[in-house]
Amino acid sequence: MSTVAEQTRDSGAVVDIRGLNTRFGRNVVHDNVSLSVQPGEIFALVGSSGCGKSTLLRTIIMLLQPVAGSIRVFGQEVLGLRDEEALPLRRRWGVMFERGALFSSLTVAENVGMVLREHTQLSARLIAEVAAMKIALTGLPADAGAKYPSELSGGMRKRAALARAIALDPELLFLDEPTAGLDPLSASGIDELVRSLRNALGLTIMMVTHDLDLLWRAADRVAVLGEGHILGIGTMEELSRLDHPIIREYFYGPRGRAAREQAWKKK
Amino acid sequence: MTAEQIAQLVIEMDPASATAAARLRCAGAWVVQGIAQLERRLEALPLTGEGNAVIDGSAISALDTSGAWLLHRITRKLEQRGRSVEINGLRPEFSTLLKLVASSATAAENPLPPIPGLLVRIGQQTWRHLLELSGMLSFIGECAIILLRSLMQPRRIRWRPVLHNLQTAGFEALPITGLLSFLMGVVIAYQGASQLERFGANVFIADLVGLTMLRELSPLLTAIIVAGRSGSAYAAQIGTMKITEEIDALRTIGVRPQELLVLPKMLALIIALPLLTVYTDATGVLGGMIMARAKLGVSFDVFFDRLGDAVSLSSFLTGVCKAPVFAAIIALVGCHQGFQVTDSADSVGRQTTVSVVQSIFLVIVADALFSVAFNWLKI
Repeated sequence: MSTVAEQTRDSGAVVDIRGLNTRFGRNVVHDNVSLSVQPGEIFALVGSSGCGKSTLLRTIIMLLQPVAGSIRVFGQEVLGLRDEEALPLRRRWGVMFERGALFSSLTVAENVGMVLREHTQLSARLIAEVAAMKIALTGLPADAGAKYPSELSGGMRKRAALARAIALDPELLFLDEPTAGLDPLSASGIDELVRSLRNALGLTIMMVTHDLDLLWRAADRVAVLGEGHILGIGTMEELSRLDHPIIREYFYGPRGRAAREQAWKKK
Repeated sequence: MTAEQIAQLVIEMDPASATAAARLRCAGAWVVQGIAQLERRLEALPLTGEGNAVIDGSAISALDTSGAWLLHRITRKLEQRGRSVEINGLRPEFSTLLKLVASSATAAENPLPPIPGLLVRIGQQTWRHLLELSGMLSFIGECAIILLRSLMQPRRIRWRPVLHNLQTAGFEALPITGLLSFLMGVVIAYQGASQLERFGANVFIADLVGLTMLRELSPLLTAIIVAGRSGSAYAAQIGTMKITEEIDALRTIGVRPQELLVLPKMLALIIALPLLTVYTDATGVLGGMIMARAKLGVSFDVFFDRLGDAVSLSSFLTGVCKAPVFAAIIALVGCHQGFQVTDSADSVGRQTTVSVVQSIFLVIVADALFSVAFNWLKI
């Protein structure tokens, strides 16, 4: 945000974005966006629909090319990286897509095992065991592993996608809308899961979400995106005290208030 | 990879006494990239005996869930052999991880589902094919009812998609069908020429080309090309619509998917395929005619004279009247296979392939039946 921040690079950060510009044709999505994610942090990106949250996430994981700027992940510049150079980096992160993106022709266990088969030399038996363990870790029942993605409910599919994202024990996990389209019970299950994964595995998590409950309960720091800029960045309490109209609308709309009150009650 | 980056396990055990305590010292990085070697050695490790086992984890430099799983597996193996196991020196964050992994262990005990026996699989396949057959029959029935109902109320037919399909399946197929049938005419004339030349029966080339093209080859060739071009497109389109729940959306709006998706395609193809056949008749004969002049010196005038005598109206009609039947087969099979798609990308590819194979197969079977019937009727 500040010009000082643009010059000083945060060398300890897991993800460090400086002066990012993204454009689709004449439509400016990001205009000079800078932010950094610290190790072990649960970092959330919020903002209204179409403000470029998912675009930012897709740019970091090298699915989109920005017009200008710099993105460093684990201290390495990802823009302009060739495929073979990107591979070691890709092994260190896991991505969970909004709609799961599970391979529909493979069972859930095969989906998880496929990542292990591609990147390790483990035996088929150990791969099957580790896959089943990851599936159990995400809270899916034991028989879910043998099912195909089409046979699962939306919430189970999200959990299966999460199991695939953590298959290689990544240090950094990207979650795109982890609770979207879930019932409140499943969604709060995901809250717990995200936090317990971070605590147990020491992950750094970067997520895009609309879910205010998830933000209050799981996120350490939150960045609000709007109008192509970062409007605010900080903990939820800090953000809720900021005076930007869009942020106030976001946090003090009817749903924002309810989630906030609930979060206060918990404390 | 250095020794630091791979998982190591050293077992200290008194070989003299089976009841003595075993000491397992773990070291290195027990992470997913580092445990492959250890895992391969593990089966051969001497873990037998009855005494207590102590696992010393103080030298483990890194542990992730896969490494923790392996450690858990070793522990469990020791316990199954009657040893009591104690884990020492593990960093607190590692022991939390080990507990987390162990808590999800019950689910991981039996990861591989049983494979059904041969007899069961034969039964399942037979049942599946029977279901498919009855599904196809009921689909044809449904489509026939909707077709009849629409024909009685022509205002209800959606002409826009019909016209659109006429263009994509009919008009846009003109270049490829025309070219292939022209080449087919050339080939037949070329093959026939050398035989006819021997008997001095040059002029009968018109009989050969005219009859084979008009009666058999041109309808069959056109139908096969259209099956590959349009039948597959129908299956892929409807299949994808099924995955994206568009078919369900149509049903909830109160529109029958067959009425919107199948009927226009079928009507358009029933109109387009006979027209295409007439067109490929012409291009095929043209190919033969050019070849006849080049190879046998039969001029166009002579060729046309002979063609008029050789090919009766009934020969032409027997060829063209097959086309609507072929069209119905292609449209029905393509659409039906589209509706058979289940929720996976794989299944779209599979059903599209099946639609092409099935429709070409059925077109040739129908052609054979036509031949038998025409022979019987002496046409």
